[in-house]
Amino acid sequence: MERSQPVGELLLSVEDVSLAFGGVKALNGVSFDVHSHEVRAIIGPNGAGKSSMLNVLNGVYHPQQGTIRFRGEEFRDMDSHHAAELGIARTFQNIALFKGMTVLDNVMTGRNLKMRCNFLEQALWIGRARREEIEHRRAVEQIIDFLEIQHVRKTPVGRLPYGLQKRVELARALAAEPVMLLLDEPMAGMNLEEKQDMCRFILDVNDHYGTTIVLIEHDMGVVMDISDRVVVLDYGRKIADGTPETVRNDQKVIDAYLGVAHA
Amino acid sequence: MLDTFPKLLMHHAGVRGERPAIREKDLGIWQTWTWHEFADEARFLACGLAEAGLTRGSHFALVGANRPRIYAAMAAAQCLGAIPVPLYQDAVAAEMAFPLRNAEVGYALAEDQEQVDKLLEVLPQCPALKHIYYDDPRGLRHYAQPELESYEALLARGRESYRRDPAFLESEIAKGNGTDTAALFFTSGTTGTPKGVVLTNTNLIERSRVVADWEHITDRDVVLAFMPPAWIGQNIFSYAQPLVAGYCICCPESAETVTTDMREIGPTYYFAPPRVFEALLTQVSVRMDDAATPKKWLYHYFMGVARRVGERIMEGKPVGFLARLQYALGDLFVYGPLRNVLGMGRIRIAYTGGEAIGPDLFVFYRSLGVNLKQLYGSTETSVFVCIQPNDKVKPDTVGPAVPGVELKFTRERELLIRSPGLFKEYYKNPQATLEAKDAEGWFHTGDAGYIDADGHLKIIDRAKDVGALTDGTLFAPKYLENKLKFFPYIKEAVCFGDRRDKVCAFINIDMEAVANWAEKRNLAYSGYVDLASHDAVSALVRECVEKVNADLAQEAEIANSQVHRFLILHKELDADDEELTRTRKVRRRFIGEKYAPLVAALYDGSHSVHIEAQVRYEDGRTGKISADLRIAEARSFPPAAARRAA
Repeated sequence: MERSQPVGELLLSVEDVSLAFGGVKALNGVSFDVHSHEVRAIIGPNGAGKSSMLNVLNGVYHPQQGTIRFRGEEFRDMDSHHAAELGIARTFQNIALFKGMTVLDNVMTGRNLKMRCNFLEQALWIGRARREEIEHRRAVEQIIDFLEIQHVRKTPVGRLPYGLQKRVELARALAAEPVMLLLDEPMAGMNLEEKQDMCRFILDVNDHYGTTIVLIEHDMGVVMDISDRVVVLDYGRKIADGTPETVRNDQKVIDAYLGVAHA
Repeated sequence: MLDTFPKLLMHHAGVRGERPAIREKDLGIWQTWTWHEFADEARFLACGLAEAGLTRGSHFALVGANRPRIYAAMAAAQCLGAIPVPLYQDAVAAEMAFPLRNAEVGYALAEDQEQVDKLLEVLPQCPALKHIYYDDPRGLRHYAQPELESYEALLARGRESYRRDPAFLESEIAKGNGTDTAALFFTSGTTGTPKGVVLTNTNLIERSRVVADWEHITDRDVVLAFMPPAWIGQNIFSYAQPLVAGYCICCPESAETVTTDMREIGPTYYFAPPRVFEALLTQVSVRMDDAATPKKWLYHYFMGVARRVGERIMEGKPVGFLARLQYALGDLFVYGPLRNVLGMGRIRIAYTGGEAIGPDLFVFYRSLGVNLKQLYGSTETSVFVCIQPNDKVKPDTVGPAVPGVELKFTRERELLIRSPGLFKEYYKNPQATLEAKDAEGWFHTGDAGYIDADGHLKIIDRAKDVGALTDGTLFAPKYLENKLKFFPYIKEAVCFGDRRDKVCAFINIDMEAVANWAEKRNLAYSGYVDLASHDAVSALVRECVEKVNADLAQEAEIANSQVHRFLILHKELDADDEELTRTRKVRRRFIGEKYAPLVAALYDGSHSVHIEAQVRYEDGRTGKISADLRIAEARSFPPAAARRAA
């Protein structure tokens, strides 16, 4: 299917990145790139270094070695706040929402960086605060509509089923209008129907907003269906990189997933 | 003369242009179209459609839920003298092919991608269909079919065209008159293929006006439109009558938000089929079951008070001072808050119709102080035939005839109707028209009933469904099923007994209520099939059936039609499996044939039966499920008369 915005120029490049925690090498000389408007998957068995990679991209971890360029600019002294300002948003494997707040309020927090008014204005609901809130609420409502969560708009997140919570998290990440969206196991723990829904939403987001998507999954089937290109990690190293078709037939990938007999 | 809907619309735009005509909850906020805006939208759209070639007398299909744009399109088609054909939005593609082909529909408006997909699927079978407009563009950007165009684009062209030549449209509107066809409604087809019911402007306008006057409906009333617009029972209250009386209709955000939306809007005028009231009551019962003990006590105590005096107080009949005081307290603590939660706090008039309502269910709402009344009518009669008057509501009748309606009966007790609202014909089906409407203009309803001592019409059942047991006892299946369905645990029931020695039944459990009940008793189950086959659930249902039997024993004529044996079905009856109609009436004959081995087992005395059945999923795929169903016996009671004699 052709997209509204075809896959374009280089957006992110990762070169020779290594990350170690004490003696454990989580990532070992990994290089790959992401083009704009692309759906890019990072897969690998448990402990392959997928989440570490995502945390590096998002500025949580600082690699000891290697360079990362985002829109041509090199990552130096990156932290997650700065990453968000650059237009990188993410979701978490184990859902990090405010459980006691409503869906609407949770998604509103995604607009945080876009609010210009100060603390006093917000507290007293005067001046810019009022105007901004209306503007942001409109943006948030459009996302709520897009992800079809109107019926739980005013429900506290903690009361929602898991699949819906995942969708709310996606909504919050989208509310930041990111250039690049990092999804950490968006389909983990879901049943087949929820997975299909999630796939549709990810593709819709990519198509409608043109958002570049980097996602981590260990469910191979899902990834192969929706990704343009796939990076495969195993024990912190990249073992394959390419279209789903080439990756699927790569002997090293098959071995990593199924295991090889060590005679 | 205001004899057509477009003329009425322009009239309201003139006299109450700034009053709200339609509200829709969009992006979390209720957005309003005034009458002025509604009229403009219809004007522009009509010009766009005229430019696209829609002509007088041709058909324009509308497929979608209640949206302002669907209603604007309906008005736009009528402006040009074209005939809107609303279709059920939850019908599968194959079901849409017949009406589209039958009415040679050339133009259609679809709400969203889902509906567009269905129309495109049947496109090869409907050669006349050349233009499909869509409202919500989401997901449709990559569709390259030449038939497709967005509503926005059509509207924009129409606006241009109207600017150039406003006189064209005004003259088109002026050309219309009352005898023109206003709309074509396809009946849900309880039997056989659907039939297109042709209703004229006069049919719909005259009936709407008589009832609006009779009930003092004004432009201050508010209606929530949440049933399919293709159903006349929705359409008359959300299109025909508002255009006559000038009141405002509200479109909910989505099907899942109706309860919340209803609470926010607080409609004053309400119509819903019995199953909606049933579902609401089930919800209330389930939640009250979970409430803390003092709250439960309060609820049960005051509901008892309400049952005793609530209705009499609402009807203004004499009630003792103490009872009034009790009821006032109840109103403060229970009824008022409950009405509020249900979104019924402002209701002046609520109707139910489409099928019979269980008397206990009916009385529940009335005793709460909701002025719920029964209404009798059908698509062919422009709905309004009988309505219960405010001061005289009897739960087992549907009230006297509305002014202008004549009723009479055949020897077989079939009800015949003559009314100014009577349909013109079945579209392209003179045979069926002739069978339904005789030379003197009497419409044969197919319903059996009689007029009681107060002049109220009492409907027993469909004439063809009313049968007799082998001992001659009257067998009215619907009546029994409704009694069973009043229990929150029973969602659907199908009774058999015609020309048999006793009555037996299929039962569908209500998943929500029974699951809640099971949870409290720590009953483990894996899903619907498992829960339905549980021994304890069977015992629970048996209790319900026995209560119904005890009740039936009090009614001499039908005391022998008590339910002797029943089984709990392994799956929910579903319209997608053709077991229910789209308006969710059970298709008893079809079910009887489909599950013939089960029916046989009910009567041959066996204790269990094995079933393998095909189910159809929403996306059209089919699957198989199999189960062993146990057949349970229910105690029956000697008739009251016999007991007294003994």
